Amino acid sequence: MAETRATNKNRKRTLEASIVIGLTLFLIFVAPLILSGFRLGLLGRFLALAIVALGVDLIWGYTGLLSLGQGIFFALGGYAFAMHLQLNLAGEGLPEFFGLYGVSQLPWFWQPFYSLPVTLIAIVVIPGIVAGLLGYLVFRNRIRGVYFSILTQAMLVVFFNFFNGQQKLINGTNGLTTDTTILFGQQVGSDRMQFAFYVATVIVLALTYGLCRWLTRGRFGRLLIAIRDDENRLRFSGYNPAMFKVLVFAVAGGIAGAAGALYTVQSSGITPQYMSVAFSIEMVIWVAVGGRATLGGAVLGALVVKWAEALLSERFPEVWLFFQGALFLLVVTVLPKGIVGWLRDDAVHQIRDLLGLQPQLSTYPDLELDPDVKREQHELAGK
Amino acid sequence: MLDGLINGIFNGISIGAVLLIVALGLAIVFGLMGVINLAHGELMMLGAYTTYVVQNGFKSLGDGMQDFYIWLALPLSFLVAALVGLLLERTVIRLLYGRPLETLLATWGVSLILQQFVRSVSWSLVFGVLTICALLFGGRAILNKFVNLGPRQKLANFLVLVLSAAIGIIVGRALNNNPVLEKPWFSARNVDVTAPKWLQESISVTDTLSFPAARIFIIALTIICLVGTFWFLNKSAWGLRIRAVTQNRDMSACLGIPTKKVDALTFALGSGLAGIAGCAVTLLGSVGPNLGGNYIVDAFMVVVVGGVGKLIGSIVAALLIGIVSYIVGSGTLVLILPSSDALQPLIDTALFFAETSMAKVLVFALIIAFLQVKPAGLFPQKGRSVEV
Repeated sequence: MAETRATNKNRKRTLEASIVIGLTLFLIFVAPLILSGFRLGLLGRFLALAIVALGVDLIWGYTGLLSLGQGIFFALGGYAFAMHLQLNLAGEGLPEFFGLYGVSQLPWFWQPFYSLPVTLIAIVVIPGIVAGLLGYLVFRNRIRGVYFSILTQAMLVVFFNFFNGQQKLINGTNGLTTDTTILFGQQVGSDRMQFAFYVATVIVLALTYGLCRWLTRGRFGRLLIAIRDDENRLRFSGYNPAMFKVLVFAVAGGIAGAAGALYTVQSSGITPQYMSVAFSIEMVIWVAVGGRATLGGAVLGALVVKWAEALLSERFPEVWLFFQGALFLLVVTVLPKGIVGWLRDDAVHQIRDLLGLQPQLSTYPDLELDPDVKREQHELAGK
Repeated sequence: MLDGLINGIFNGISIGAVLLIVALGLAIVFGLMGVINLAHGELMMLGAYTTYVVQNGFKSLGDGMQDFYIWLALPLSFLVAALVGLLLERTVIRLLYGRPLETLLATWGVSLILQQFVRSVSWSLVFGVLTICALLFGGRAILNKFVNLGPRQKLANFLVLVLSAAIGIIVGRALNNNPVLEKPWFSARNVDVTAPKWLQESISVTDTLSFPAARIFIIALTIICLVGTFWFLNKSAWGLRIRAVTQNRDMSACLGIPTKKVDALTFALGSGLAGIAGCAVTLLGSVGPNLGGNYIVDAFMVVVVGGVGKLIGSIVAALLIGIVSYIVGSGTLVLILPSSDALQPLIDTALFFAETSMAKVLVFALIIAFLQVKPAGLFPQKGRSVEV
């Protein structure tokens, strides 16, 4: 019996992997043929946002840490990449905007971003370290729940103020543009480069999905869920939840950084607005709509909500905020498990109920037919 | 030098007073009910818009009346915000007790809706919404009272919802063709409230020292609200019930305290205080749909630093945060430090933070450092539970 369970698990895993690979290939090879250039650009940006959503799902859906400050890490990744591109464009000199504020010497923290490999590492590592540090200072003191959420929101406001106010260091409110910059001798805003970034986004999304699946499977994943469901009990069993929380928060930060870099190059630049309060809360609603603690749900939620926003705000710009507000209300009151969770658990039952059909029996009419009972009998017989 | 310091402390106290009056309602709702209300800032905004409407009403009454609008605006903003808060509690928050993270998201949704509402509210929108409500609730009442469809009842209710929404939207759009009905009441632009004359003056203490009357008024208002809240919670019968429910909900219910009414009352009180805060901040700047967002994060910091459940914590925290951010942000710190070469790095650092936005950065760093020492705030509730 144990063997069949193992093969069942294996079969499930193979199925999931092949779906992910199939979708990746579809997005890379088929989607460009179907969609217009504009729509493909939108899709690329939304897929980058789906990467953040995976990170949010990891910390909120699985571990129960509602961070309202993922925008910090998203923007840090974006700034890191944009700084490299700006330096690339400037060559030997200083990026253009420094001239406006009379800065003649490059600030010290720009220096490492001359090199591409360092930048690529920094995109993930810097947000990860910042997240880990902030997380350590908070989790160490057992600050959690809504306090954690409020503190992350305050951090977000602080980072926003810092980036918004420092013209001489990082061009303040105006942010850094990327579409006129040059990478590998190509203009970043050109169609070819944009397509390359689209493909990179799809691949990173698939890899991030794999990473999150690997993390949430097995013992580590069960620990995360235990932190979410009953942290005190976990502590009394001899674990130190703080370190696990710091680790998973740092991983989510790194994921957000990668997503931010990919989003920035596909949307012509970065401004401190990426760290607005509203944007970071929006990230949470993608996961809530798709389904907490389901990785597919996080990706689906980000894509669905952003497409809905694109369609609605093209036609009725003033309706979108009403719609978004209603989405927040609906998803916590009516649809707490999100789309994926609803389809999995309640959909059949609720639709039947709405149509006034007989509810399906949730138990097996015959105890002998229940698979769990069968399995137990097998195991007992084996002994 | 001394004048500068006194001025700095006065301004700090007045910033703290604004923070405190905003945080007071939050502290009640969060401390007593455990609900995070992200729509608090928008309830403030409703109070501010109420003040604007009242002021315009007084303007049309004649010249002499203009200076007295604030005495009507204060209670009215309290009422409007309290009523909206009550509605919010009865429809949404009630479903979410014990799930604080969900209330956080739901109230954020409410705040988005309220912001867009004041931007685009017009007669046609109001009529549309009223049509939807009338058809929905009327239809449901009739359906559930006179028609019995057995198992199909739920489907019928759902269809009523869809139909009334569709009819309401059609009515709203049809009315939009009329330019008078379509015109937004406030539009997305900020509007200005002119303070009464007696609040525009300054009260001079010495030749070099003078305090603006509006700031003194806000400090006085904050003290009155504090005393009132303290009295209500500690001396009145309903305050006793509120405290009882906070301490032990189940036992209170067993002893016959109507806990649901207490919840509604507490939330309405907190919201009403937000309304008063909104009325107060109209004296400091213009009124816009985003007014709440400027205050809400700072107000939450006050609640976190002060600790939950005690008003004194919020008072001390608000004053501390106000004074520190003013003294750092205005550069008063640089003036106080004697200029010598040994202190030069310190002065440079102080200059770096001498901006309102950079002062926020420093204050937050201080808050994080403070929470390392006292994670539960200045005045934590003592108890034996595992929860911090």
